[in-house]
Amino acid sequence: MSVTTAPVPSSVAPDLGAATHLSCRECGVTAPLGPFYACVECFGPVEVAYDYRRVTRDRIESGPANIWRYRDLLPVPVDVAETPNTEPGWTRLLRADRLAAELGVRRLWVKDDSGNPTHSFKDRVVAVALAAARQLGFAVLACPSTGNLANAVSAAAARAGIRSFVFVPRDLEPPKIVTTAVYGTTLVAVDGTYDDINRLASELAGQHEDWAFVNVNVRPYYGEGSKTLGYEVAEQLGWRMPRQVVIPVASGAQLVKVDKAFRELVALGLVDGEPPRVFGAQATGCSPVAAAFKAGHDVVRPVRPDTIAKSLAIGNPADGPYVLDVTRRTGGAVEDVTDEEIVDGIRLLARTEGIFAETAGGVTVAVLAKLCSEGLLDPDAETVVFNTGDGLKTLDAVSSVVGPVGTIAPTTDAFHALGVRA
Amino acid sequence: MTTVSVRVPTILRTYTGGQSDVSVSLDDGATLVDVVAALDASYPGIGQRVLDDAGKIRRFVNVYVNDDDVRFASGLQTPTPDGSKVSVIPAVAGG
Repeated sequence: MSVTTAPVPSSVAPDLGAATHLSCRECGVTAPLGPFYACVECFGPVEVAYDYRRVTRDRIESGPANIWRYRDLLPVPVDVAETPNTEPGWTRLLRADRLAAELGVRRLWVKDDSGNPTHSFKDRVVAVALAAARQLGFAVLACPSTGNLANAVSAAAARAGIRSFVFVPRDLEPPKIVTTAVYGTTLVAVDGTYDDINRLASELAGQHEDWAFVNVNVRPYYGEGSKTLGYEVAEQLGWRMPRQVVIPVASGAQLVKVDKAFRELVALGLVDGEPPRVFGAQATGCSPVAAAFKAGHDVVRPVRPDTIAKSLAIGNPADGPYVLDVTRRTGGAVEDVTDEEIVDGIRLLARTEGIFAETAGGVTVAVLAKLCSEGLLDPDAETVVFNTGDGLKTLDAVSSVVGPVGTIAPTTDAFHALGVRA
Repeated sequence: MTTVSVRVPTILRTYTGGQSDVSVSLDDGATLVDVVAALDASYPGIGQRVLDDAGKIRRFVNVYVNDDDVRFASGLQTPTPDGSKVSVIPAVAGG
């Protein structure tokens, strides 16, 4: 079908693979597969439920080198890979021995999701949201964004040949403005915080019912895309799970879905053992979940963000309570780091492993270091730290602290006069 | 008398006959709790969707009075002077 047609009549069931219905995480009330994101009874988040068929390692391994190798575990049609999309995922998992040595950790890996088509993990969730939105009959793709999602939605809509609307805070990093607008989306800069824009998007979604706001009215499907990060880590480790993972927390959806992915792999018999301890990483300037974790609360009090980690600057995180559930259930924690520590984290990862992370990656690496120094993370247990975005999008974070050792005339004398140790 | 307009989210429009914007009339000095009570009087059942059994705003509901999230103001005691715009929005969005 074409996504430019009107929404499908409700009598036509969407083809969303093994997905069977939606279920409220809070009260368990169910709903048919459709453009619903909040429970009609309690406003709780609804989640996709499945009736998985038999899924084998062989079938997955024979799939494409992108997230569609896991199509049987996602709310998408089985032929999803045949429709033009950005083909995200299957990013590198790098053994990080030099960073491990620096931190005193025995075995460490970096899941480097900056290698996605628009250089962040958001390409995964958008690809799944777009595939589901087509099936649900939406005509337009849209989102409120702190930047990475803006890039991903704009590119995916361009490749699919559909209209898109993207709403971002006016003070977003300039590179993220350019790397969104270039795809020909309708980009709107809003005089407000991300949370203000989220509210605007929710209101617009109520007025434009053929618009799929990927992280609002199709959020249950969108979120499932983050499971592929967990699937990939396990497959890339040779069908086994690490003992610990460190994941950034903005809305918290990614962390919750990665935990779900590991538990699904165990339930499906694709891996053995216990799912990893899950650690969440926030910037101190926007750390409502870390604050709730440390205070022993099970609700998250919203904050007004003030941090250089703009991609994590969600003051009212939708999945905050579930991050608390997951980290506590698995024996993990949620920790936060200052802007100065974030910059140090970016530089540490770049200097030791040749990976230039955006500020969110600086947050996870800095939190990893802090967890090590606090003794909260077991240094002898295999650990995967997630870098979810590319440092080229947040150059301002480090541009004042790195640069040439000097500017010289093009002569050997001038170079030697610098006194740089050979 | 005070008149307050209320923006109704899609999932509550079954209570308002499909209307996305409604208004309620209140005594002067009213606060958000009075707005919810007046809404429920006009559209029976809607109050229970916004408030939990203990009478507090549900965990996954955001309520704004004009531009302010009432969690940053005085919650259900947030003043709603004449002409206020109240918006009820599912909290599960974003990220």
